[in-house]
Amino acid sequence: MKKHLEKFVQIENVGMTFDTKKGKFVALTDIHLTIRQGEFVSLIGHSGCGKSTLLNLIAGLTLPTAGFLLCAGREIPGPGPERGVVFQNHSLLPWLTCFDNVHLAVERVFGKTESKPQLKERTTRVLEMVGLAHAMHKYPGEISGGMKQRVGIARALAMEPKVLLMDEPFGALDALTRARLQDELMKICEATKATTVMVTHDVDEAVLLSDRIVMMTNGPAATIGEILTVDLPRPRERLSLAHDAKYMDYRSAVIEFLYAKQSHPLAA
Amino acid sequence: MRARLGVVLPPLMGLVLLIGIWHLATMNGGNIPTPGKTWDAAAILFADPFYRNGPNDQGIGWNILASLERVAIGFGFAALIGIPAGFILGRFATIAGMINPIISLLRPVSPLAWLPIGLLVFQRADPAAIWTIFICSIWPMIMNTAQGVMRVPQDYLNVARVLNLSEWKILTKILFPSVLPYMLTGIRLSIGTAWLVIVAAEMLTGGVGIGFWVWDEWNNLKVEHIIIAIFVIGIVGLVLEQTLIFLARQLHTEG
Repeated sequence: MKKHLEKFVQIENVGMTFDTKKGKFVALTDIHLTIRQGEFVSLIGHSGCGKSTLLNLIAGLTLPTAGFLLCAGREIPGPGPERGVVFQNHSLLPWLTCFDNVHLAVERVFGKTESKPQLKERTTRVLEMVGLAHAMHKYPGEISGGMKQRVGIARALAMEPKVLLMDEPFGALDALTRARLQDELMKICEATKATTVMVTHDVDEAVLLSDRIVMMTNGPAATIGEILTVDLPRPRERLSLAHDAKYMDYRSAVIEFLYAKQSHPLAA
Repeated sequence: MRARLGVVLPPLMGLVLLIGIWHLATMNGGNIPTPGKTWDAAAILFADPFYRNGPNDQGIGWNILASLERVAIGFGFAALIGIPAGFILGRFATIAGMINPIISLLRPVSPLAWLPIGLLVFQRADPAAIWTIFICSIWPMIMNTAQGVMRVPQDYLNVARVLNLSEWKILTKILFPSVLPYMLTGIRLSIGTAWLVIVAAEMLTGGVGIGFWVWDEWNNLKVEHIIIAIFVIGIVGLVLEQTLIFLARQLHTEG
């Protein structure tokens, strides 16, 4: 079991080719990546570089056309609750309250082993954790975008997944809400020791949250360009980091990669 | 107040215009009665809508109710079969591939063409009329439900896949709520067609019913009554349609 701690998620020689109307489209090729248990990894790159495709592969929502992916030593056969996904557009079911949206996940994972009051308590607890105790019984249509995204995170966390996968979770939010949710996410990851993979296009977000930043080359046939290890002590503090020399170095390294080595495909 | 006037006034003007033209066209005699004469006949007719003088002479109220009952039964059976069938067709591509050509073939057929088959199978007029309603109302419900199932946002289905929900949970928590608006559209179209078809079916089968009543009054040459029937059929159809639109809107604001 212990050997899986270092290689908790293994991505070996993975490639992804889509059959489109115009013929084959090679989205990803030669992806090698190993993720430790408890690690926070960001995937960053220009749009169209296949970072969401890579996340979907780890989630099992799509299966690779080449290579293989392992989670805790086992091949990923398809999607499942041990790999919780926070979707880009929150994907809450609009006809269920926030509580019921989360409860659906809780019931699925723990329904066989726990009593009904226990399930309810679990749901309430995770909603409290994301600071939504007061809005539990509202419908998604009645709350703000930031709150919806928090319900989405709560739903993923409630399953106590081995891996938390997030597809630009804060992309659609305003800067202030985004900053607050990033801080909350850091606390939650600290507390739950969750292994996390996050897709982002925000350089500051990547440096602030990540242990490692996986920088991807432009598609088609995108692959991993560089991997940057972010060696900043935790807990991290947004304000003090703003003037931290190391933080600035990491930040410029990512910017360098994105805008000098992999300038945007449209600008090229 | 002014806004409300803007809503009420144009339809009222249209109605006055219609009656005006009707009056001008009929004031110099002819077979079609004037609006005034029709109104007088209607007053007599609706003074006692629920009388019974034997099976072939009943009040207009009974006739409307008899037609509505046939529509309700035929439509009910159609919903019972059509909606689950729509779910199956939308969810399983192979079955859809099998059934869709048959539906495409049968759907454009006038429901009245099915009436003889109904008469043959059931041997009686009443179930045959219900059968005709069943056939004409089933298609829109199958098609719209299947359409709705196929249009369930991929995001919701991805949620289902990540949570690894059972087929039952997928049905009750994701498919059904998300298909409901499409289903209601199907129901609305079905009811509309059913109400169109019942009049024609009853003309052919006889008995009690608004369609038969129209035919009976034609044989009695009571043209006022035929015009009244046209208005009544129109109003009932309108009420059915508006009720369903209202229901759909209620559901929409809840979601």
